[in-house]
Amino acid sequence: MSTLSEDARRGLGDIWPAMLAAIPIGLLFGALAAGKGLSPLETMVMSVFVFAGGAQFAAVELWTTPAPIGALVFSTLLINARHILMSASLVPKLQGFSRWQKLLGLYYMADENWALAEKRARTHRLTPAYWFGMLSPFVACWIATSTLGAVVGATLGDPRRFGADFAFTALFIALVAAFWKGRVTFWTVAAAGIASALTYRFAGPPWHVLAGALCGLAAAWIAAGDATPEPSKPEPAQP
Amino acid sequence: MTLDPQTLLAILGMAIATYATRIAGLALAGRLDLSPRAQAAFDAIPPAVLVAVIAPSALATGWPETAAALLAALAATRLPLLGVVAVGVAAVVGFRALM
Repeated sequence: MSTLSEDARRGLGDIWPAMLAAIPIGLLFGALAAGKGLSPLETMVMSVFVFAGGAQFAAVELWTTPAPIGALVFSTLLINARHILMSASLVPKLQGFSRWQKLLGLYYMADENWALAEKRARTHRLTPAYWFGMLSPFVACWIATSTLGAVVGATLGDPRRFGADFAFTALFIALVAAFWKGRVTFWTVAAAGIASALTYRFAGPPWHVLAGALCGLAAAWIAAGDATPEPSKPEPAQP
Repeated sequence: MTLDPQTLLAILGMAIATYATRIAGLALAGRLDLSPRAQAAFDAIPPAVLVAVIAPSALATGWPETAAALLAALAATRLPLLGVVAVGVAAVVGFRALM
């Protein structure tokens, strides 16, 4: 029993910096969701059931009324596709977990807690107590701050007045930097940006997401296989 | 406190898509062997999608947005997440005022 609570406490001790960082992000997400007309309840339901920051921000950016279900699900699937590889790497380390603990535990696997669990697994056996001790406060924090953001955001009025509509764009640029892996990412970003902007101009939403993503992937494929690639025209205004 | 049925449906669809990617490891563990090239393409999915989502706002709205996006990209090389958001938002407000 003592190791159980000790592992749970260690999980909390490892996750709290990520939790602290997630507080303003959660508030921002809620405020932006409110700006697109989502109620606090809808925002909370999304955070409870989806719990994926990047995909939720993308969804709110794509949001129109009525909700474009196909585009939202597709964008979510694409953004979270990395979780397939992450879970494939994590699952063999969940040996002390029952089937139900795995199914429940993986529901809330996100970038931060996945990375911490992988780090922990290098030196210790990964226990359910550690995993859920880390997960529970993190999930609760995201749900609480995003809901609070939606409540507060709804009272602020037109987000364009504060440039809040641009917060997405800036946030996504920062997230892209977090995924940066040099030359391959550069060509990915250039191809995805140009293809998406052109498709948006000439075909309209939501096709720009698909076209941009596919061109970005193709550029990565080409750039990764070639030492000196020339896959796309140089573009000064790439984000 | 409203919960639109269409919104709820969209959220449930997003939840199922997300959960599918998170439990895929249960079926795949030990069986996934990607070539380095396929791995690179896979790694490129998040930045490709993120850029595809924001490109209309950054590149096809007007010069204030494009200029602010460039400033944010510059800020992203040295500032944390919220710093970049602050720079981008401040820049777009400033540039729009100049317009």
